[in-house]
Amino acid sequence: MKNSKLKIITNGLIKENPTLVLILGMCPTLATTSSAANGMGMGLATLFVLVGSNIAISLLKNVIPDQVRIPAYVVVIATFVSIIQMLMEAYLPALYESLGIFIPLIVVNCIVLGRAEAFASKNTVFDSTLDGLGMGLGFTFSLTLLGTVREFMGTGKIFGLSIFPENYGMLVFVLAPGAFIALGYLIAIMNKLKKA
Amino acid sequence: MSYVLIFISAVFVNNIVLSQFLGICPFLGVSKKIETALGMSGAVAFVMTIATVITYIIQKSVLDPFEIGYLQTITFILVIAALVQLVEIILKKISPALYQALGVFLPLITTNCAILGVALLVVKKDYDLVQSVVFAISTAVGFGLALILFAGIREQLSMVKLPKGMQGTPAALLTAGLLAMAFMGFAGIVK
Repeated sequence: MKNSKLKIITNGLIKENPTLVLILGMCPTLATTSSAANGMGMGLATLFVLVGSNIAISLLKNVIPDQVRIPAYVVVIATFVSIIQMLMEAYLPALYESLGIFIPLIVVNCIVLGRAEAFASKNTVFDSTLDGLGMGLGFTFSLTLLGTVREFMGTGKIFGLSIFPENYGMLVFVLAPGAFIALGYLIAIMNKLKKA
Repeated sequence: MSYVLIFISAVFVNNIVLSQFLGICPFLGVSKKIETALGMSGAVAFVMTIATVITYIIQKSVLDPFEIGYLQTITFILVIAALVQLVEIILKKISPALYQALGVFLPLITTNCAILGVALLVVKKDYDLVQSVVFAISTAVGFGLALILFAGIREQLSMVKLPKGMQGTPAALLTAGLLAMAFMGFAGIVK
């Protein structure tokens, strides 16, 4: 029993990692990972929304009529997004500023709606919480990883700490093309590891 | 003149997909064939323009006067979801072939962040109504341009032998990276 609960969490972390394996939620993944800290902030905000909406939807699953479930889910998700948006604006204004438009855009992140539809609408509250936690952590993990790679290659820093002199950085990794290329190679490595 | 600047900026310099990272899901999802790419761009252009106009009016005539700006996200996403449903019904009647081709991707326009993104950007940039419409149309043109270019490259790419791990998404992402690099050449035309 205990084993299966653990499986729900690790499922999102590695086997069904939302970005690196399921290829969902690409927009925030590419846009907010110009530095490790930004990527992590985005990941944690999404984690909050995922857990919150998974809990709310699994509680409401018997009340929501089947035909209108998608709009209902979207409203629930949008509510949690508004909450995190206001919290971040109040307590983390710098991060809020640098993530900008991508915080309200969590509402259209396919992962959140995907988990609501695929998991929370069929499972118990506790399991859904764990699923949201696992998926959110998986998302945070891959965003932080991509952010770290891009920040390191681009500016020679990790979380703002200098590793090598800035002059040797390849600026392109902080800019748009670097996002696509770095993510492409990360997914390729993941594919290779999965086969092995 | 300023409309021309908005157009050039949205299509080339700040291309929605390649430099703003909005609408990546359909960009990767429906870009395997030029035909579907064309259909998708058409659907997005249509929904994006109408959605921007309606959300703009709601923002200016409901949210601003009543000072309920915090409801922005919820209102916008509901309007867009309803609109997409409408387009789906219309398309099913008018062009069943196109409806068949786009299949599952049409409902996914709801979760296309480009649509909501443009609606939010217009408010953020403080455009007036005409500027917003121009911005929405040019963004849709930019989206279509990137999508169709990308689909053309991917049709060629599918005939090339690649290492196992690179097949599919990784190769597509690297291609997108190169395309983005090409679009960076436009930087500086409009500030």
